[in-house]
Amino acid sequence: MSAETVTSSPTPSPSTRRGVELGLLVFALGLVSAAYTAVGLARSGAVPADLASSAAALAVLFGTAHVVVRLVAPYADPVLLPVVALLNGLGLVLIHRLDVAAAERARALGRAVPRTDASLQLVWTGVGVALFVLVLVTVRDHRRLQRYTYTAMLAGLGLLALPALLPASISEVNGARIWIRFAGFSIQPGEFAKLALMVFFAGYLVAKRDVLALASRRVLGLDLPRGRDLGPVVVAWLASLGVLILERDLGSSLLFFGIFVVMLYIATERWSWLLIGVLLFVSGAAVAARLFPHVEARVAIWLDPFADASGNGYQLAQALIGLATGGMLGTGLGQGRPDMVPFAKTDFIVATVGEELGLAGLMALLLLYVLVVERGLRTALAVRDPFGKLLATGLAVALTLQVFVVAGGVTRLIPLTGLTMPFLSYGGSSLVANWALVALLLRISDAARRPPPLARPAPDEAATQVVGIR
Amino acid sequence: MNRPIRRVAVAILGLFGLLILNANYIQVVQADDLRNRPGNARVLLREYERQRGPIVAAGSAVARSRATGDRLKYLRTYPGGEVYAPVTGFYSLVYGATGIERAENDVLSGEDERLFVRRLGDLVTGRTPQGGAVVLTLDSRVQRAAYDALRGKRGAVVALDPSTGAILAMVSSPSFDPSVLSSHDPGEIRANYARLSAAPDDPLLNRAISRTYPPGSTFKVVTAAAALSSGDYDPQTRIPSPTQLPLPLTTRVLRNFGGGSCGGATSTLADALRISCNTAFGALGLRVGADRLREQAEAFGVNTTYRIPLAVARSVFPASVDRPQTALSAIGQYEVRLTPLQAAMIAAGVANRGSVMKPYLVAEVQGPDLAVLGRTQPQVLSRAVSPAVAEQLTAMMRLVVERGTGAAAQVPGISVAGKTGTAQHGEGAPPHAWFLGFAPVEAPQVAVAVLVEGGGSVGSEATGGRVAAPIARDVIAALLGQ
Repeated sequence: MSAETVTSSPTPSPSTRRGVELGLLVFALGLVSAAYTAVGLARSGAVPADLASSAAALAVLFGTAHVVVRLVAPYADPVLLPVVALLNGLGLVLIHRLDVAAAERARALGRAVPRTDASLQLVWTGVGVALFVLVLVTVRDHRRLQRYTYTAMLAGLGLLALPALLPASISEVNGARIWIRFAGFSIQPGEFAKLALMVFFAGYLVAKRDVLALASRRVLGLDLPRGRDLGPVVVAWLASLGVLILERDLGSSLLFFGIFVVMLYIATERWSWLLIGVLLFVSGAAVAARLFPHVEARVAIWLDPFADASGNGYQLAQALIGLATGGMLGTGLGQGRPDMVPFAKTDFIVATVGEELGLAGLMALLLLYVLVVERGLRTALAVRDPFGKLLATGLAVALTLQVFVVAGGVTRLIPLTGLTMPFLSYGGSSLVANWALVALLLRISDAARRPPPLARPAPDEAATQVVGIR
Repeated sequence: MNRPIRRVAVAILGLFGLLILNANYIQVVQADDLRNRPGNARVLLREYERQRGPIVAAGSAVARSRATGDRLKYLRTYPGGEVYAPVTGFYSLVYGATGIERAENDVLSGEDERLFVRRLGDLVTGRTPQGGAVVLTLDSRVQRAAYDALRGKRGAVVALDPSTGAILAMVSSPSFDPSVLSSHDPGEIRANYARLSAAPDDPLLNRAISRTYPPGSTFKVVTAAAALSSGDYDPQTRIPSPTQLPLPLTTRVLRNFGGGSCGGATSTLADALRISCNTAFGALGLRVGADRLREQAEAFGVNTTYRIPLAVARSVFPASVDRPQTALSAIGQYEVRLTPLQAAMIAAGVANRGSVMKPYLVAEVQGPDLAVLGRTQPQVLSRAVSPAVAEQLTAMMRLVVERGTGAAAQVPGISVAGKTGTAQHGEGAPPHAWFLGFAPVEAPQVAVAVLVEGGGSVGSEATGGRVAAPIARDVIAALLGQ
């Protein structure tokens, strides 16, 4: 991985690979347009009338993102933006497909046709790209974020705690108190808290890593930290339990704590932190499962979704049956019944993919996420400063955990938790926050691949050196 | 810090690997199990997306689908209504399908492999796939006559073409209108189903094939067949016909209905059948033996299961019987039980010179373009008796209708052969009334069995003749009458 830095430094003007990014973006847009057309053909037998205008809207949005990357982060990773654009575009198509199903159902029952979520999601995509641009333009060097370590902590904890402090009438939806609802909009501040907290984790751990890594006692072949150094991990654990208890949000709780523990491990290179983290979380979750009926209910559904297939287990049972109906190749876009799964647009969008695009489509989707995460980790390996390494890893792990928790929940690998599939699920906060996340990754990858100006040797010296090396 | 990052990268790949493995497990390994879960309405919804094929009897649809404007594109309707319900069954969003709707679902839904090429074509041309048609063997005149004759009674009628086994009529009463279970309103369907299944007369039960009854004296045809086939008897052989027959090993006696005599200490086999003499046939059964009786019954199809293609309940001649039980079995009591279809098969076997044909309901299946995909070929199920014995039995059964207990089955201008039965089934309960027979004797075109539950009255053997025989008469007249 570090080979990249080696091979790029001797080249006077290393390739920015922006052309590759543009080509991949065009390809992604083509795939999304094809998917949109497939839905139209399947549901109404015609190419959607707004195909051209919809494709143009996405082209403008993603094109803008591409141009901004060209201008302010020319050495950024060329794969991240196209993959994210493809995920976002496919998400729009899937949400549109479920809109169509909802409209058909409403018409059949003689009810008013509900508003289309896809158009709203398109607006959120615009907001997301805007934030993406804003982050790239304002954060010219990711290391400057390190200065705001404790500001980020305050902002992160504040955002996280906000819904719990607000009255439930504003913050509670479907039992989870993670919202701020006003003027017809609803925002999940936790999605943004996630970003701020990762900046804090990275800054804090860079500052304290030596203490956390070196001061230790050896017990049973394991380097255990001193008692007083346990402070931060205990605080993070308590905070994540607080999220779980006060906001009833199992998914976010797992996400925050998981990110923190992995970043702690990377900063200190000590397995003992992982072990301590896992033990703390498992014990906390076990207690929570006893104490809170909604956690216990989810575990029961996970163990046997068909025990109460028309009640509590209905959603998961329908999702599993949908996945099975899809089989290897799926029913085809627009030709399944993904609308039979409640919350298909948000938490259960993976079930829609599995039913209509089949196992092949679902695996392809997961591999797209693997690509994003792998590119993030590659950036972490390549970037030189520890803060960037930690932050990039944290961002990649954040995406991984979200995908794992959501897809694992829908496919009954783990109990269900309420999280959204990054870029794919319906939901403004998650989409916008994840666009900011990718902007940060691109910013770090730009730094990682940018040829260091100081290390650039004088021309004559370079010539002799190149001959000498080769 | 690169070493732990690499390790984390490996762990992350492991997590994604788990997700992918799990997806494979669910969508491939477990897929069939999950798809076949009862909670899977998707299969049904997909079936409703294409036009289900009609069920046709005598040129008109008794079940068909018509387009609707709602979410389920097609509504199943039953022009055949209650008359054909025991055959068509129902096709319900909530309760699945029964009858032909279930047995021939693959053809009707268009999933049958014989429709594969057409489905491929539909896929290519974008044509909406359609189901195939199932053409029944039922004769609408006979079916209607049987239904009308049974109206207001609990019972069943089965009419067969003895030479092919084609089922010309299959009626069960009381019946139900399948349309009330095939609407698109689950609440309504549930309410209707609850009402039908709670009804004391059990209208959802197909009495013709799904329930067995003691056959009573109609079983004397089988006993007579066993005796004649043994070679020791002919219709004129005189057999003992006492007023009372002491049952061996017990202190009980077998009497005739009403306790009367059979007109003398002995009578001919033919006369004993004509007046349905219990003591004579009880004694004859003891002489012939349980094993021969069972073999003869099994040669007519008893003790086997078959599909027509609806599943038919197994008719029974008990596996082991002692001597008093043998005497009772010989007159169709004790644990001998027949479905009305089986009774019709006994008549049909005699009518068809001793060969029992495999009964069937589906004449042919057609593609949506009316091309014939398959036609049922008549098959011999078994050779029950020799043609000579069949001829003797025919003559004896003809006397039953001409001058015996089955006189009510007479049809002017047509010679009818038959046998009545009045089967007791529990103390004090009115016995079941039976009739089985065929016509015309010279060249049989229809074999019929009639059962009326609780239709007889205790103490009168003649009631099988009074209640069941006229129904058989109506059925025969509907097919053969002018």
